[in-house]
Amino acid sequence: MHTDPLAVFVFLIFVGSVLGISFFLGRKAKDARGYFAAHGEIPWFVNGIAFAGDYLSAASFLGICGMIAFYGYDGFLYSIGFLAGWVVALFVIAEPLKRLGRFTFADALDNRFNSRGIKLSAAISTLLVSLFYLIPQMVGAGALVKPLLGFPHEIGVLLVGAIVTVIVVTAGMVSTTYVQFIKGSLLVIFCTILTIMILQKGLFAQPAPPTATLPAGVPAGAAPITAVPPAAKPATPPPNYFALTQPDGAVQIWREHAGKLEVLRTMTTAADGSMHFAGFPDGTDPKTFAPTSRIARLPGGVAQTGPLGPVSYLATVQNSTIQSWSAEKFKTPVGAVTAYIPRLIAGTDLLVPGGSPTFKGIRSPKFTDKLDFISLMLALFGGTASLPHILIRYYTVKDQAAARKSTVAGIAAIAFFYVLTLYLGLGAMSSGSLDVTVPANSNMAAPLLAKSFNRVLFAIISAIAFTTVLGTVSGLIMAASGAVAHDIMTNFLKIEMSDHQKVNAGKLVAVVVGCIAMLLGIAFKELNASFLVGWAFNVAASANLPALIMLLFWKKTTKQGITAAITIGLLSSLTWLLLTKEAYQYVYKLPPTHAIAPFSQPGILTIPLGFIVLVVVSLLTRPKREEAPGGFEVIESGEKGSRGPAR
Amino acid sequence: MSSQFPPDGPAPEPDSAIAASHITRNARYGIVLFLIYLAFYAGFVGLNAFAPERMKAPVPWLGGVNFAIAFGMGLIILALILAAIYLLLCRGSVEAPGEGEE
Repeated sequence: MHTDPLAVFVFLIFVGSVLGISFFLGRKAKDARGYFAAHGEIPWFVNGIAFAGDYLSAASFLGICGMIAFYGYDGFLYSIGFLAGWVVALFVIAEPLKRLGRFTFADALDNRFNSRGIKLSAAISTLLVSLFYLIPQMVGAGALVKPLLGFPHEIGVLLVGAIVTVIVVTAGMVSTTYVQFIKGSLLVIFCTILTIMILQKGLFAQPAPPTATLPAGVPAGAAPITAVPPAAKPATPPPNYFALTQPDGAVQIWREHAGKLEVLRTMTTAADGSMHFAGFPDGTDPKTFAPTSRIARLPGGVAQTGPLGPVSYLATVQNSTIQSWSAEKFKTPVGAVTAYIPRLIAGTDLLVPGGSPTFKGIRSPKFTDKLDFISLMLALFGGTASLPHILIRYYTVKDQAAARKSTVAGIAAIAFFYVLTLYLGLGAMSSGSLDVTVPANSNMAAPLLAKSFNRVLFAIISAIAFTTVLGTVSGLIMAASGAVAHDIMTNFLKIEMSDHQKVNAGKLVAVVVGCIAMLLGIAFKELNASFLVGWAFNVAASANLPALIMLLFWKKTTKQGITAAITIGLLSSLTWLLLTKEAYQYVYKLPPTHAIAPFSQPGILTIPLGFIVLVVVSLLTRPKREEAPGGFEVIESGEKGSRGPAR
Repeated sequence: MSSQFPPDGPAPEPDSAIAASHITRNARYGIVLFLIYLAFYAGFVGLNAFAPERMKAPVPWLGGVNFAIAFGMGLIILALILAAIYLLLCRGSVEAPGEGEE
């Protein structure tokens, strides 16, 4: 794979300046409050954009755009759910959390109890959720570096891991915040530019190039394929498919369809790993093999629309016909074949929910099939305000008013970005730049869209995508570092440490977590990024949301109730995920039909379970006297809690 | 534990009834706005889950884009509007000393 020197140059400038700024700003953070909470001195606007930089991960930028480009509306459902979660964060969590905590959200939960159980369970929950969330980020980094710099996946993962660890170790939350601020600003600005360019360009009709056809009937030299479909599907080999060996030895796959025999665009992987496209060796003749999605027919049959407004763009896509491809996999004597069958989709079917494998249950009449969707939307709604790496950002500002204002600034930036994702995704789909044969392309929709405009834009968007990973990963490592150094070592194990030692402990933990993240990113490179993020939201919401909400709104909550709710929520959601068909298929390599869990997203069961456990355990462990410490009402007497977690 | 706090710890808010009622008021505004949004979000999820065909209908006064896109975009815009209202409501209340500056 050849690399573009311009892309490498722009990439180095971006990463170099981000690192430079982090070093420059990081000189200040010497004590624990500087390292873990940026001294609480970050201006609210910077913090707000840093929220966006922290939150808009590789899954948002790359995953959602890719999902919209491949399946239409369903990707936008993630955008809506991811944004809705911020409503919970702003209206319910932000101000009390700021008032009650100091460095971590375990501080806030533990504010009125001084319970080691809460400290430990909240810290473990932070650690596990952060690690879970780290996997898709690292996988995304590997996927990005490959086409951009030509490095293999593993090098990409190691590169991100190393850079982020340097950022975090340099100055903890100060440098992390500014990296996220820069990244958040760049992401929103350049996605806006890209969207304007999409609208200015308008839409073009590009009918698919005609496929070679033969009269029906088995041609001379053709042999029926002994097809072996993948284990998941019923074992019926397509009877109308034929392998035809060309004079030059290339094997083409043909199918009988509509009274004709047509050649299929195929990707064949031989036993030795060598790949052939449409019968040609990899890279020899890419032009004959271009199954890219595009607009096949515009409304009224026009060739192009010219510049469009934001509304008319959507309406035009809706009334167009889109050329898409469905993949069919089978094994033949020459190797594993993926055949891309052309498929025309009406825009009206594309811009409604239920088109992707993730959400196809929506269109099923069975109630349990719909539960996956409802459960995921619930997890996204409740998960945002339960993500430790988001919550720690409330401790970098001065007070509750700043927490409130920075959340609103964050919501504005994030909401605007999510509106853009729809245009970026549809732009990538209609541009003819998205080659569906490369699975990693589902994560590359936005950069490839930029490439269809020009090289500079491609280089910039790719570099921004890379800094996107950097920003989110540094936030996650910070959260994990705080959980171990502050919650577990200082508060749970009661290790006596000077302020300076505590910072060093935090840095050491950051290095260890960074190394674990690199290993996970290499081990799980086949997993789909946005799917994993959905799971992380499920775990976060199940473990943390019941504790946060009930602490704020129910006087009778006890420390045992909180500890039990976090533990049960964490264990139940993780156990469920390990029993889903996706875990069977990708993690254990077992037939997915053997999976025990009836659906993939546990939130709809495990979030209420956390609430029930908290209520039951709290009632069972109720203090004897009525005005025991449990009677402290957070909302009514905020000034009491505002002293921090001091007791 | 309090001895571990550096002198530049979080600024304590005044021990006054004004500050307490002020926080209560913000929290109440928050809950009301949250419930409004929750109703729309639940409606959106419910419609998608149980009447996905209905999402296909074009909305004539929005250039003919379908209901799925109109509702989805509407939810994003609603979040922004409610956030702005919340900010205004909280600003209207008496800012306790040390409660940020505009």
